[in-house]
Amino acid sequence: MMISFNLNGKQASADVAPDTPLLWVLRDTLGMTGTKFGCGKALCGACTVHLNGNAVRSCQTPIGSVAGQKVTTIEGLPANHAVKKAWIALDVPQCGYCQPGQMMQAAALVAQNKKPSDADIDAWMSGNICRCGTYPRIRAAIKDAARMA
Amino acid sequence: MENIQMTARRDFLKASAAVGGGLTLGMYLPLGAKVAEAQAKTNSPNAWVKIGTDNSITIMCARSEMGQDVYTSMPMLVAEELEVDINKIKVEFAPPAEVYINSLLGGQLTGGSTAVRDAWEKLRKAGASARMMLVGAAAKEWGVDAGQCKAANGTISGPGGKKTTYGAVAEAAAKMEVPKDVPLKPAKEFKIVGNKAQKRLDTPMKVAGTATFGIDVRVPNMLYAAVAMPPMIGGKVQSFDDSRAKNMPGVKAVVQYSRGVAVVAESYWQAKKAKDLLLITWDEGPNANNDMVKVWAGLKDASNQPGAVFREAGDADGAIAGAAKVYEATYELPHLSHSPMEPQNTVADVRADGATIITPTQFQQLVPFVVAGATGLKPEQITVITTFLGGGFGRRVEVDYTIDAAEISKAVGAPVKMVWSREDDMTHDSYRPGGYYKVQMGVDGGGKLVGYRYHGTSPSISSRLFPSIVKDGIDPFAVEAIDNFPYAVPNHKLTYQMHDTGITPGYWRGVSHNLNAYVVEGFIDEVAHAVGKDPIQFRIDNLDYTEEKHKWSGLSAGVAVGGRLKKVLEMVREKSGWGKKYPEGRGQGVAVMEGYNTCLACVAEVSVTKNYDVIVDKVTYAIDAGQLIHPDQAKAQVESCTIFGQSACMYGEITVKNGGVEQTNFDGYRVVRMNEAPKAMDIHWLESNNTPGGLGEPATALVQAAIGNAIFAATGIRVRKMPFTPENIKGSMKA
Ligand code: FES
Ligand code: FES
Repeated sequence: MMISFNLNGKQASADVAPDTPLLWVLRDTLGMTGTKFGCGKALCGACTVHLNGNAVRSCQTPIGSVAGQKVTTIEGLPANHAVKKAWIALDVPQCGYCQPGQMMQAAALVAQNKKPSDADIDAWMSGNICRCGTYPRIRAAIKDAARMA
Repeated sequence: MENIQMTARRDFLKASAAVGGGLTLGMYLPLGAKVAEAQAKTNSPNAWVKIGTDNSITIMCARSEMGQDVYTSMPMLVAEELEVDINKIKVEFAPPAEVYINSLLGGQLTGGSTAVRDAWEKLRKAGASARMMLVGAAAKEWGVDAGQCKAANGTISGPGGKKTTYGAVAEAAAKMEVPKDVPLKPAKEFKIVGNKAQKRLDTPMKVAGTATFGIDVRVPNMLYAAVAMPPMIGGKVQSFDDSRAKNMPGVKAVVQYSRGVAVVAESYWQAKKAKDLLLITWDEGPNANNDMVKVWAGLKDASNQPGAVFREAGDADGAIAGAAKVYEATYELPHLSHSPMEPQNTVADVRADGATIITPTQFQQLVPFVVAGATGLKPEQITVITTFLGGGFGRRVEVDYTIDAAEISKAVGAPVKMVWSREDDMTHDSYRPGGYYKVQMGVDGGGKLVGYRYHGTSPSISSRLFPSIVKDGIDPFAVEAIDNFPYAVPNHKLTYQMHDTGITPGYWRGVSHNLNAYVVEGFIDEVAHAVGKDPIQFRIDNLDYTEEKHKWSGLSAGVAVGGRLKKVLEMVREKSGWGKKYPEGRGQGVAVMEGYNTCLACVAEVSVTKNYDVIVDKVTYAIDAGQLIHPDQAKAQVESCTIFGQSACMYGEITVKNGGVEQTNFDGYRVVRMNEAPKAMDIHWLESNNTPGGLGEPATALVQAAIGNAIFAATGIRVRKMPFTPENIKGSMKA
């Protein structure tokens, strides 16, 4: 079934079964591999993208529900976005695998909270696992990004 | 030290990799036959440097980048002596080749916190040697003496204002004789090494989302494989019914391979959906009835064996029998999963005339040989390309998943990307072995330590992976952080009993440091408290200040390092505000260790709630790791180890039932999240020009002991059974 949606500002379409998770449409069908697979069960946040500006887990988002809507992935987050700049300034990533998901989750936070407290960050970010333990730098980068945003 | 360095080399030569499904490949690695193809380019003065006629500089990275920063720190060493701008170079992952072998491990292998230690001189020499050849070529062209020429920032200047670039002389340089005597800069002249402002070279692409991990690789005409593997460790496929699976949309083939059944389709999701419809009857294998009751009974039973002595002095049993006071304890430590964020995967393209394997691996050198074994090709027909690794932690030292992908690609005659689900990854890991530990300390009437017995029982990882380093019943990777027992007790006897639990053991970040450091540092803390001494002062008073050599823990300093340990203890005492008074439920714990030639002391400060939930408020470190190459990332490694170790000691436990691993995803296997990470981390370095120590692992082990000791300080409860769950803390109360 042909499904069309807006991906990073451009029209995208994929001829796939409507129950296919957005994650795999992005990665396999459209070749956008910045969005990562970590758990497939909404447990890790590696697959986080924005759907109409909200952070969602693309592994749990059937493509059928995305038709006609607006999806933003790490590739579509502008290079000069406050989150990307803060991540670079603090050298946040280690292996880097969880980071697209972390950044998309963080970008949705700083879009609505200009001065996130530690508790805000804990509440907002605790669905995103980083096995490399970059949490202290993510926390600091979010605060910097919120100031810049 | 000799034990590992000399025999490991031989071992890798005969690498015996026991891979999933019970297939054992014993083979000979003809290293000489496989010397760097990468250096064939005429514009490479040596295997580490490629210089383009456009003046582009490429530095080869021969270690796998799994977060620990080799992508930047290794090139920094080359660039320091090559005299190029580190921020303008390109980095390329090296193919398997003899020149890239890690001399501390004997193979082209990333592990054991050895990357920097192995590279420290070698890579600076590689950079210096290339620079000398470039300068030599320019001098020859100008008809002047090389001593009159100077290299800086990729250019060479000579007498009378002569100037040229590396690119212009690279071809001539590649034909110059390789210099024999290669002097290196003294530390005070370093411009790149030790630069606190240096950024990681891979950050921009990791932030952009363009860094290519194994799972991101796409090649033309590639198909996707999802796999079904036996739910019980050591099981096999007996028969399967694919009548529903093979008719699912997009499915190209259903194939049986050595350890399971693969569904190959046009996309991963199609493959996965069809895989879920397979009906498989398993041959359950030898572990079919294994469960935790059996695992623990087996370990405890085996601990009644005398074990093999790896260190002994005087008469420990006699001294303990005659001591005024004897303290004793037993410790139970669980099995753990690596669970890197990127599940295992490989792109394999097996053709009649050769194969290409693109994979996130820590051990690229082994891949051609195991894939040859699995496909009937020759190792030299197999090209291995290493991608970025989405975490490694030791899991990717194993090459099992490259074999699987190669078998599947061969069976379907097409390039295949095999992707494991999280469930596949967690249930087909090799696990940090659990262990059962018995310790005793005898103290005389004056409070002096007179006798120490240590008896560890745990599975032997090396017996499975590299059996020839196991000697006389001792696996060097089971006695780390105890062979170098840091305290002076005149009578001591340290023994190790190996025991297979039926749960595949694997090298896990810090390996046996995690087991032994917890027991050593937890127990010494018990003794300090029992004799009424301050835990830091007690350690300082009892450190071994001799220079006794240690035989077994081959990646450690190799000698007693009491003086260095004392310094980090004193520093951490000062920096942590040790001795503060806390309200009930809050406290500080200390631990100290030498591992990978790094000396570290850690103070953890924890709060324990009424429900026995542990909150890590702060960790403070004092670390002597010698000269730091990339200081900010040295710090990042300590942060990383801390949280990895915290996950292990607070939540980590893999259990088996009916022979299979019960935890399948991050709901069953809990790891530290943002809200649980230490509220503060304070990391201090001892200024030093000493040879660098390893940093990718040691704090992982140490922090666990510090947290355990802090829980005691906060609650008076000594938790000898990990993880530190409310259940285990409460359960320790009566003991
Ligand atoms: S892959 Fe979607 S939350 Fe983990
Ligand atoms: S940076 Fe490796 S998992 Fe987060």
